[in-house]
Amino acid sequence: MASSHENLIAINGVTHAYGKDGDALPVLKNLTLGVPLHGFTAVVGPSGCGKSTLTRLIAGLMRPDEGEVWLHGERVSSPRSTVGMAFQNPVLLEWRSILKNVLLPLEIVPTDLSKQEAEERALHLLHLVGLSGFEDKRPSELSGGMRQRASLCRSLIHNPEVLILDEPFGALDAFTREDLWLTMHKLRAEEPFTGVLITHDLRESIFLADEVVVLSDRPATVQYTVSLTHEAQPSLDELYTSEALATLNELREQIRIARNDAEV
Amino acid sequence: MRQYLIPTFAMIIFLLFWEALVWVNDWPNYKMASPSDLWPAFWRFRELFLSYGWETLWRTVVGLLIAIVIGVFLGMIMGFSKVMREGLYPLLVGFNAIPKATVVPIVALMFVGQHDLNTILIAFMISFFPIAVSVSIGLSTLEPEYRDILRSLGASKITIFWKIALPKTLPEFFGALKVAVTLAFIGTNLMEIVSPHGRGLGALFDSGKTNSDYPLMFAVLIALAVLGIALYYVVVFLERIFAGWAERSAD
Repeated sequence: MASSHENLIAINGVTHAYGKDGDALPVLKNLTLGVPLHGFTAVVGPSGCGKSTLTRLIAGLMRPDEGEVWLHGERVSSPRSTVGMAFQNPVLLEWRSILKNVLLPLEIVPTDLSKQEAEERALHLLHLVGLSGFEDKRPSELSGGMRQRASLCRSLIHNPEVLILDEPFGALDAFTREDLWLTMHKLRAEEPFTGVLITHDLRESIFLADEVVVLSDRPATVQYTVSLTHEAQPSLDELYTSEALATLNELREQIRIARNDAEV
Repeated sequence: MRQYLIPTFAMIIFLLFWEALVWVNDWPNYKMASPSDLWPAFWRFRELFLSYGWETLWRTVVGLLIAIVIGVFLGMIMGFSKVMREGLYPLLVGFNAIPKATVVPIVALMFVGQHDLNTILIAFMISFFPIAVSVSIGLSTLEPEYRDILRSLGASKITIFWKIALPKTLPEFFGALKVAVTLAFIGTNLMEIVSPHGRGLGALFDSGKTNSDYPLMFAVLIALAVLGIALYYVVVFLERIFAGWAERSAD
């Protein structure tokens, strides 16, 4: 494989704007970013800096004006079934049970699994996120955190190469969020995936990701990158080491710089 | 048991109140017939009530079915395309604003003698609007994330429609259908009353008027109410089957 494609996700010099020439709104500018196989990168940055645009480009829902997005050595030009997505809104289908919601992607994506195998896999994922016994419930019968757990299972059911998480825990209360962080580590250990996490929560970013990328304000480009190491199943204590606090402070400073640049 | 007892009880109270109102005021038949006057009228014209009731019912149902097909079709066009929505909306609103009573003689002249067709046409015209609007709103307000969940997997537009857009719109659709059922009955009766030599409950009502048979007129009203209730609950029944998930349990 060519050296520039060593990363499973490779974003090379991507520039993108919304709208037409005159009143075009530039969102991303010459952004380059790579995520290695089974890596997990968190993207943080000022509000409205184009983070969600980035996820849509990786998912193939949009094409960049300039530059390229590569997944697994193939150039992304349209949606592909090897991607899983979860958003802040869990978007579960109210007329389906939790189990049927989790199975939804397998109705779209070609799969080798038999119906029974698919169900077993879904039940296994639900078990991993602590939703055993809820598979026949309707989404409306679950709490917000539980719905988000189900949504994570749905994004993983078809064994995606790439998992794109766009602020999945943004609408949850602090305790539920921390619970879900631990669940994410558990999922990663059992179901290795390559992931991109968009978040506003710096603690979340350093607790979950191997690499945190700070984007500058719009038009966004990579401003700062920091690498992190985790224990196999970290506890939340990891967030309170002097090392973690130093990283948090540095990230906070970088966000401040990004926002100040915008005001000038 | 309770769910049947309470409505039955309420209906008995209503009939007693009506009877008492007429009796206390000593109103003659032509001012207001009392429930006890209605039974003889029903009994005397029992065969006409059955055959005309059927005529009214099937025309209403056919008109309603056409309204569903056309309404859903228009709703889909407007729901998926902003251009079509902007273009069609004022037309539809204008069409809906025309009182259908004024359209009745026009349609009656347009298709002289085609009594079935005329009646169905009016029932359709009066009832498709709420269906079209509800479907278009249901589709156009679909949150983009719902679409993205399937689109990011490479699903086609048709798959997205069947798996997400359509089921998500069903509660709105049934809400509109409940309104449309009642409207369709109004449409059918408008035509049946106006059209000469008509058949159906509307025609029976009209003959009650020309013969000064006031109890018969009131009896027709009751028969229409019964048909309306029956059809309404058919829709409620279908709603439970197809969109029961939208009903939150009380607890």
